Order: sequence, then C-alpha cells, then structure tokens
Amino acid sequence: MSVSKPLAHDTAPLHVNGAARYVDDIPLPANAVHLAFGWSPIARGEFTALDLSQVKAADGVITVLTANDLPGENDTSPSAHDEPLLSTGALHFKGQPIFIVAATSHHAARRAAKLAKIEVNETDPILTIEAALAANSRFEDGPVIWSKGDSDRALAKSKNELSGSLPFGGQEHFYLEGQAAAALPGENGDVLVHSSTQHPTEIQHKVAHALNIPMNAVRVEVRRMGGGFGGKESQGNALAVACAVVATKLNRPAKMRYDRDDDMIITGKRHDGRIDYRVGYDENGLITGLEFEHYIRCGWSQDLSLPVADRAMLHSDNAYHLKDVKITSHRLKTNTQSATAYRGFGGPQGMIGIERVMDEIAFALGIDPLAVRRANFYADAPTKPRQTTPYGMTVEDGIINALVEKLANSAEYDERRKSVAKWNAENPILKRGLALTPVKFGISFTLTHLNQAGALVHVYQDGSIHLNHGGTEMGQGLFQKVAQVAASRFGVDVSNIKITATDTAKVPNTSATAASSGSDLNGMAVQAACDTIKGRIASFLANQFGVKAATVKFANGLVSAGGETMPFAKAAQRAYEARVSLSATGFYKTPKIRWDRVRGQGRPFLYFAYGASISEVLIDRLTGENRILRTDILHDCGTSLNPALDRGQIEGGFVQGAGWVSMEELVWDDKGDLKTHAPSTYKIPACSDRPMVFNVDLWQGENREDTVYRSKAVGEPPFMLGLSVLAALSDAVAACGDGTVYPNLDAPATPEAILRAVTGQENT
Amino acid sequence: MSEITFQLNGSQTTVPVTSPTQTLLDFLRIDKGLCGTKEGCNEGDCGACTVMIADENGTRALNACILFMPQLDGKAVVTVEGLAGPDNTPHPVQAEIVTHHGSQCGFCTPGFVMSMATAHENDAKDFDNQLAGNLCRCTGYAPIIKAAEAAANAPRPEWMADLIAPPSLPSKRASEAVRIAQPSSAAELGQWYLENPEATLIAGATDVGLWITKRMMTLDTVAFLGGIKDMKAIEYDDDGMHIGAGVSVSDFLTAIKPLHPDFGEMLRRFGSTQVRNAATIGGNIANGSPIGDSPPALIALNAKLHLQKGDEQRTIALEDFFISYGKQDRQVGEFVRGITIPKQVDRLKAYKISKRFDQDISALCGCFNIIVNDGKVTDARIAFGGMAATPKRASNVESTLLNAPWNEETVREAMEKFALDFTPLTDMRASAEYRLDTAKNLLLRYFYEDTGVNTRLLSVTP
Ligand SMILES: Cc1cc2nc3c(=O)[nH]c(=O)nc-3n(C[C@H](O)[C@H](O)[C@H](O)COP(=O)(O)OP(=O)(O)OC[C@H]3O[C@@H](n4cnc5c(N)ncnc54)[C@H](O)[C@@H]3O)c2cc1C
Ligand code: FES
Ligand code: FES
Repeated sequence: MSVSKPLAHDTAPLHVNGAARYVDDIPLPANAVHLAFGWSPIARGEFTALDLSQVKAADGVITVLTANDLPGENDTSPSAHDEPLLSTGALHFKGQPIFIVAATSHHAARRAAKLAKIEVNETDPILTIEAALAANSRFEDGPVIWSKGDSDRALAKSKNELSGSLPFGGQEHFYLEGQAAAALPGENGDVLVHSSTQHPTEIQHKVAHALNIPMNAVRVEVRRMGGGFGGKESQGNALAVACAVVATKLNRPAKMRYDRDDDMIITGKRHDGRIDYRVGYDENGLITGLEFEHYIRCGWSQDLSLPVADRAMLHSDNAYHLKDVKITSHRLKTNTQSATAYRGFGGPQGMIGIERVMDEIAFALGIDPLAVRRANFYADAPTKPRQTTPYGMTVEDGIINALVEKLANSAEYDERRKSVAKWNAENPILKRGLALTPVKFGISFTLTHLNQAGALVHVYQDGSIHLNHGGTEMGQGLFQKVAQVAASRFGVDVSNIKITATDTAKVPNTSATAASSGSDLNGMAVQAACDTIKGRIASFLANQFGVKAATVKFANGLVSAGGETMPFAKAAQRAYEARVSLSATGFYKTPKIRWDRVRGQGRPFLYFAYGASISEVLIDRLTGENRILRTDILHDCGTSLNPALDRGQIEGGFVQGAGWVSMEELVWDDKGDLKTHAPSTYKIPACSDRPMVFNVDLWQGENREDTVYRSKAVGEPPFMLGLSVLAALSDAVAACGDGTVYPNLDAPATPEAILRAVTGQENT
Repeated sequence: MSEITFQLNGSQTTVPVTSPTQTLLDFLRIDKGLCGTKEGCNEGDCGACTVMIADENGTRALNACILFMPQLDGKAVVTVEGLAGPDNTPHPVQAEIVTHHGSQCGFCTPGFVMSMATAHENDAKDFDNQLAGNLCRCTGYAPIIKAAEAAANAPRPEWMADLIAPPSLPSKRASEAVRIAQPSSAAELGQWYLENPEATLIAGATDVGLWITKRMMTLDTVAFLGGIKDMKAIEYDDDGMHIGAGVSVSDFLTAIKPLHPDFGEMLRRFGSTQVRNAATIGGNIANGSPIGDSPPALIALNAKLHLQKGDEQRTIALEDFFISYGKQDRQVGEFVRGITIPKQVDRLKAYKISKRFDQDISALCGCFNIIVNDGKVTDARIAFGGMAATPKRASNVESTLLNAPWNEETVREAMEKFALDFTPLTDMRASAEYRLDTAKNLLLRYFYEDTGVNTRLLSVTP
C-alpha cells in the first residue's frame, strides 16, 4: 500500500532541474502588463495631495490607478472589511498601498512607483503595546478573558508565588518565493487568476467583489507556492485583486510580484507581543494557580488577528494540566504591518509563556526544569479522573509523559545535565545550556465551519487517475500524501495518480490550507471520492461475477472479483463500457468539534499532536554569540502517511521555530519604519545554524481519532519544538551567575539580548 | 564593448550590450524564458539565483541577480536547466537531493543545486561554507547537507567538461562603445578613467549591483575591471604581500590564511561563497564603507594602500584613506591599485560580530594585533569596523596598552578607553551600548585567548 511509504515529494525531480513552475514562471502573452504598488511614506496620518504626473510619464508606464479607479469593492480583508486595496486618504502604516502602476515590465513599474509626490499630514503613530493601551487602540471592545476555576483564590492560597513578563518578537515568513499573482481576462468579463496563495477561494471571493461579478466568473488556479507558512493565507489578496482589476480594465494580462523589500514592507508577519504572568506553585513545582495576560500587537487591520490571539490563549496551557487559571488577551491595534497567520497561528505565542513559567519555577526552587514540567503534565490516556484544558475540553489522547520519558532516555538528558554542569564549572567564557520542552498542539480550525473539504477524482478508461482537492501545495508534500491515499484506495501505484493544480472550478468553497489541516481534511475528502468510484466498480464487477461487492479486492494494481483477477486498467475499461460513472466528488467535515469563542468553552479540536525536543546550546558570555550544539526530537504524527515528508516538516519546523526565538529580529524605528526589510538585515537561520547534531524520530502510535489512516497533522506542531532553544539559552545565561537572579532572557534571544541577560547575572 | 559572447548551458551565445547593468538573472528569466533560476531577494543574500560560472581561473558559484551581463564575456555559464546530462541523466547532486528529500517547496532548490554542483566540480566538501549563501526556509538544511555528502563521492559527470568550456571569442568586434569599457590592464584603465572621470568602476558588483536592483539607479558610463590581469595578482617579496585590487575575497582568503589564520577565519564568514567569489578587496576598500570587514583587519596589520591616477601611483597608510563618512582620500580619476601587507609575526585576531554567523554584515568587527615582549606590550594596533563613520583605530586603547604589562589589570583599564575612541550608533543590527560593551569584551577575549582560555565558540563540538 502506498500510504506510509517514505516517497519523495512528487515534484522533487522537477525542483532539481528548474522545471517546477511558480506563478512568476508562467509564460504570459507579450502584451502582459506588470504592476507595482506605490505606498505610504508615513505610518499614520493621511495624504492630502497625490501628484502622479512623473509616475505616469515614466518609461514604460501604461496606466496608474488610485482608489477612485476601482470598479467594485475597495477591500482585501479576509475578515472585517477594514483593509482597502488602495488608501482613500487615511494612512495606517508605512507601506500601505496608495496607487497601482501598470507598466511594460516589473522593473519599470517599480521604478515609476517611486516617483510619486505624496503630500501628507502626519500624526504620531501608535507603535508600542504601551501606546496602544494608553490610546485604547484595540480590536474588540476590551480584552478577551477566559478562565477555569478561581485563579485569584488559588493564587492567594498558593505556597509560593512569582510573577514576570516576557516580551517576544514577531517573525517574517520569508517564504523564498515572494507574493505573486497574475490575471488573464477572459470573455464576457470572466477572469482567470494564478496566485501564490494558500487560499484560492478567498482570492476568488475578493476578486469577485472587487470586480462586482459573481464568484462563478472568477477561476483561481494554484499549482504550487514557493513556501507559505501562513504568509499566503490572506496576504496575497491585494496582488490578485490588483491584477484582476487591471487585467479587466485594460483587457490585457496583468502580473504582480513583490520585490523582496516590498514584500517585507507591505505584508503582515507573526504577531509579536508580551506575556505577563503570575503563578502560584508548591515545593515540587506543581502549579496551583496561574494568570496570564497576553498583549498582542495586531498591526493596523484586523486580518486574522482575533483567531490568532484566540489560539494563543488556547495554547497557554501547552502540555500542562492547570486547575485554576485565567487568561486575558489584549488585541492591540498599531500603525504597523497587519500581523497575520504564521505557522502555529498564535500557538507559539501562547506556549512561550507557560514554558517560561516552568523554567522560572524551577529556577526559584533550584530543581531541574524537567522535574517541574513532569509534575505538571497532563496524564497519559486513558485518564482518570478526567482532565480538562482551561477551555473545558477533555484531554483524551495524552501521551506526553511516555513520549518525554522516551526522548529523555534516548537523548541521555540526565547524563548530559551533569556534563553540562561540569563544562560550565571548567569554562569561564563559553557556557552550555540544556533544556527539554514539550508540545501539545490542537488540530482543527477554531472557526468550526472551516473544517470541511472537497475533492474531485476521475478514473479514465485507461485506468489512469486524475486527482484534485481543495488543498494547496506549498512544499509540505500535501499533494503527494493525498495521492498516496488515493493510490491506496484503488490499490494502485502512486505513479498512476495525476496530481493537478488546485482550481476553484474543480472543487469549490475550499478552506485555506492552514491550521495544519491539509491532509486531515483533503485526505478524507479524497478517500471518500475514491471510495465512491471504487464502490461503483466493485458493485458492477460483483454483479458480473455474481459475488458480493465487499469481496471485490483492489490491491497491487489488480482488481479481483470472483475467481478473476485483472489489471486495474482493465477493470476501469470494463466499467466504462458498462456505462459506470468513473468520476466522483468527495466531501469531509470534521466530527465532534464545537466551540463557543465568546465563553471560551467547548471542544475546538478533534485531537492533539504531541512532541518534545531537547536542545543543548553554547553561548559566549562576552558577546552573546550562540549556537545550537545538539537537538533531539521525538514527534507524534500518528500513523504517518509519509514518514519522509513528515520528518521534513519536523526538521524544517524546528529550525524555523529556533529562528523565531533566537536570531530573527524585526526592528521598527520610532516613526514606524521597518528597518529590517530584506535578508541583508533580517536573518533567518542559514545552513550552519542548524543543530550540529540533529536526531529526529517519529513517535510510534496511531491517532485515537478516526483520521485519514489514523495519521496526525504535522505542519505547525513541530515549529514549537524550537522553544527548547530559548529555554536552553536561558539555562546557559543562568550558568553565568550564582543562581540568585532569574535570567529573564527576552525573545528573540539575539546576541545582544543574551549579552544583556548575562550582564544582569554579573551585576549581582 | 558592444557585444558579449559566452557559453550558456553549452551553446555559444552572443548578445549585444544594450544596458551595461542588465543582470544575468533578468536575461535568463525575461529574455531567454529560462525560469529555473529563481529570484528570492534580488540583492545577493538568498542564493536562489545561483549559477555556475567558469573561465580560465576556475569554476565558481555566483549570484545571477547582481551579475551584470558584460561580466560574462568570455565565460561559460551553467544554469539549473543545463546541468543534467545530454540524455537527461541527472547530475549526482540533483539525484541525491531527490533521494534525501532535500526539496520541499523547491524554490531554493535550483540555487542549492548550482552551489552543490559547483562544489562538486571543485571537490569542495566544507558544505556549511559552500552553502552559506543559500537560504532555505522549508527544510532546516539537514537533508540538503545529507544530499551534498552523498553526492560528494560520485565521479564528476563526463558531460561537465563540455558545459564549462569557454566560448571562442570573435577576434575582432564591431565598433567598440566607449562608455562601456573593459580595460585589460591597469595602464589602460588609468588612461580611460582620466578621460572619463565621472564613470563608475565596477569590480565584483556586489555593491554596485544593489544600486541597480534596489536603488534603481541607471549607470551610463562604466568600466568593468574584471579583465585587468595585473590587478589580480598576489605577490610576495621582502616588504610583504602585495594584493591587487581586483583579487576576489575568495582568492585573498586562500592566500592570507597561512599567514594570518584568524583573518582567514573572519573572511570565511564574509558574505557567502557566491559573494566572496565576486567581491574584490579593492571594492571592499574603495566603497569606503564603515562596516566593510577587510579594512579593520588590514589596518591592524598596518597595510599600505596603492592608488593610481593615469600612470602615476602613490602609496598611503590604509587608515589614512578613510577620511569621514562617504569621503576617502581618492582624487578624481584615481583608482585603487592594490595593497601591501607588511611581513610580520602573526598576532592578529579578527572578531566579526553579527546576529548570524554566516553571511551577515558585521554589527562590529574588532581586529587586534598586539605585540608582547617579555610580558610587556610593545606594539598595539587595534581597528574596528561598525563603531564609527569609518573603519577606525582605537588609539586611546592602544596607548593605554602600550608599554604596560600584558595582564588582566591592564586589559581592564584599557577597556574603559573604548568610550573615548568610539561613540557608535544604534541601528537594526545592534544598539550603541551593545557595540561599545562588546568592543570592550573583545579586548578581554583577545587576552583570554592569548592565555589559553577557550573562547572559540565555533570550535566546540557537542
Ligand atoms: C550578500 C552580500 C553580503 C555581503 N557581506 C559582506 C561582508 O560580510 N563583509 C563586507 O565587508 N562586505 C560585505 N558585502 C559588501 C561587498 O561584498 C563588499 O564591499 C565587496 O568587497 C565590494 O567589492 P566589489 O568588487 O563587489 O565592489 P563593486 O560593487 O564592484 O564596487 C564597490 C565600489 O567600489 C568602487 N570600486 C571597485 N573597485 C575599485 C577600484 N579598484 N578602484 C576604485 N574604486 C573601485 C566601485 O566604483 C564602487 O563604488 C556584502 C555584499 C552582499 C551583496
Ligand atoms: S535572488 Fe537572492 S541572491 Fe540573487
Ligand atoms: S525548499 Fe522551500 S525554501 Fe528550500
């Protein structure tokens, strides 16, 4: 069976010879125009005059559009209709699009866009958490508060209490392929859009509104993205809408791709913020009461910030059972890029708080942080008495104790704890740190209606199979995994399956490929479609051979019915000739989930994915320079659909997560100008930043829930394995002091942040 | 020059030079429809556009996004589309990336393939260095390194020789356009530059490239220095080591490493393989940047700078070249000819401090050359990049050290003098406080290192 084989990514052979096509590689007719945005030079205020004469006169420029030139709705928001494609006057962040240049080439458009004379009235921008709180600049009326038990009383009764505050940084997605879209005008006002998007239906929807046409006049196609990570869930809307507007206006194909700097200046990033905490605990480190206050900087528009901030709250327990807990979340509106979806979707921001709490309790008690973590873990299943999350969901599938046990043994945590201490005693300058952090990540969209998927499968009379579903491919290997499902259903080799581009004309009303849900949802939908066709073939053959349909077998490329065995192609041929439909749609909706976001109660997730990592790091106390010496990971993918691709998600997710908490730093100046808008100034991990020793293993065990082949989602959860790096760096900083002052290492732990924390140790 | 001739994936190609600053990346993607080579940043930092370039000096990986077409004249260019064998047999690095799951979204992959194939050609196995200029956001790199290791022992495909063979240049070319010069000697450059003093000199284009791709400048009159043989030499005599301005950072690294290993180690972290292959020492000095990495080390080594105007040369101390921000001691029509590093005992340590070890511009770069005799400091040359508007010596620190006993007390006293020498700025790379505190600590690091304490983060293994 093809499922669970470590097959290569379906496009790998094309990746390596440059033949895999991305949006910017699609050949367009010679009369295509190329677009660029001209954007706001200030973070807050309004423009009072716009002189575009030099833009229009520039070489190669064909037309320039402002908000007045738009035929339909001027909005690209995925949520609150608060994100005009082009500003009508008000300016909310430096980088906000004001006009579109269409020119004969990408460079001509970019060059011309810089020639605008924009007169502005500038207001002091709201940039920081403090400024936003002072101005009560926020989304929703006030903070969202969810609680379980009575944290006030519990804290008052706790034996020990500590409190603290952890600022954490945002993160640029840095998908290697920047945002891109192209639109081709069709007849009668129709338009075909190619977009590098995780959410084709959203693009279709926004384009239809912008052009004032129904959705059935817009077709969106996505073959692949050069990386998405959440950054292409809503951030591609503006480019696709701009292309569609210009293409229909000029009746010429239009293409837009952001130069890297534009991409980083215009698009949203991971939400940064701060977590304040107050925790009560006993002498073993067991938490007896806890309060978190989340301050989340959302940027200028709502975008996906509410569900992101919700998910941060939903993950503030991580893998720990909390009895009395209160979580308060402030969603602050600032004059910066609109923060958006990013792998983990708030989960990392929620978890970073509780992991800090674990470390600080251990420090205060002078015991190993792993002991504190173990004291607080949810019990492994089957659990009696029932344990619930802070939002009232029963944890039915716990495995974290056994998983951590296995990892701590294989990575020799205890021995290495000793050797780290020995090293630190002997070395005055270079200090080691070691830490284990767990992950428990909830799988399902918290917006319940998004948990649905559709598929379209055709079997041709020669037995070849055409596969389509609503998921998009961004490198995660979704298409291959789903193809493996289809191949397994029909009992054929995966080479019989033709993987095709996501297309809103084939499968409608799709959800974003997000929330790690791609293979869970689309795999099930494809399975349903395949089973429909298979069922038809089976009953047809059963009829012919006078046997029960259930006895017809599909395996090894063969179909056997009665005494006869024939190649799958032959069965398809016969079914076709007998006028059996060989095309079917499939549909899936996630069972069991329900969620009341106002009360913060319910079962938002079908299940949890688990994992843990142990990182050992080294810092230089004189400069704060640091590196990861070794990381060991044990991660739960249920019964993996494809262990090679899943391992890729784990390794890549870890390194990205480690980047978030260490070197990746976004810097805005006090005017709201993003100073780190290119890879020259924004540093994602490079090759030599991966752990020197990197052991990754998959947990063996099937999903307790009835998911596709009992697998688990794997896109986001491994990102949070990177938190062990922050904890280990903090441990190394602590080794520079005498154990009296908690390091309070901020994230990202850049060399500068580490040196600051080391200095805090030395001044004691 | 009016046209250029090069091999592209094995076929001889001649194109007219229309704009001197058209990049190879645009030529490939837009003019030729060869879209395998990707644009990830358009500024030399991501490696998605990496191509293989070969000429009589060897085979190198370069970033096509900041490589101007005239720089290709007479060379062989191999892109990801041309790498497989005639019957589409994949190159070993291509096959191993597939086998080891080294591609996910695949957008970085063509660049990795070309860097790895070039490393394979050069039999280079230090993959962290070879691939430092290629970013991947998906894989976490581990499978890519596995692929590179697996391919390393495969024999060189027999078709590679043809792919990297140079083109046959036409013996005579149509009328030469004067505004795009390609001098072949320093004398020729001297003459031409006197006549065209407003021209832009382009050496490796790792700075100039960004003027075009990011600042969107247009350049009219330019001279490409890549063909000047007598500025590419490295020679040794009793005075020391003479390095032509056109020597690439890669070649300089190889030459300096045996004499001053720590200079070599610092340069290993200068840009990336692709950047070092293009960037020249002359460009790194002439650009006058306060954050260039080679000037502080060269100043600490008391290097001399040779300037030429017409056929006249003059020599100054390198540190005197840097007058103030954006201002150097270089006259109209004068160019950097080369440098001389005096022969000396190696006491140099060059500390490049940045957020990321590889391919990151220094927040600060501290270079220390402290001579100790009989327990006393007899000479101290300390220079920093990133701490002032120019590469600059720490003269107050130096004078505190001079003639003092070489011990921690002296060092701690000298550390306090950094504040007199430097008032650094805060920017996105680091704050002023970090720069100053770290500068002080680097002197301490030098001292500890000198007394045998382990301070080498990168030499520690798990
Ligand atoms: C991705 C990337 C990473 C980088 N990393 C580093 C780094 O780590 N450390 C660092 O120091 N730099 C770094 N740089 C900057 C750059 O590579 C260096 O400054 C390089 O040495 C410039 O040399 P070049 O030959 O490419 O110069 P060019 O770009 O060709 O020229 C630079 C300037 O010098 C002038 N010039 C060149 N040669 C001469 C000459 N002989 N006489 C007079 N004028 C001349 C040019 O007219 C121009 O003004 C990096 C650049 C990039 C794109
Ligand atoms: S496109 Fe990034 S290095 Fe050339
Ligand atoms: S595979 Fe996506 S960036 Fe490398």
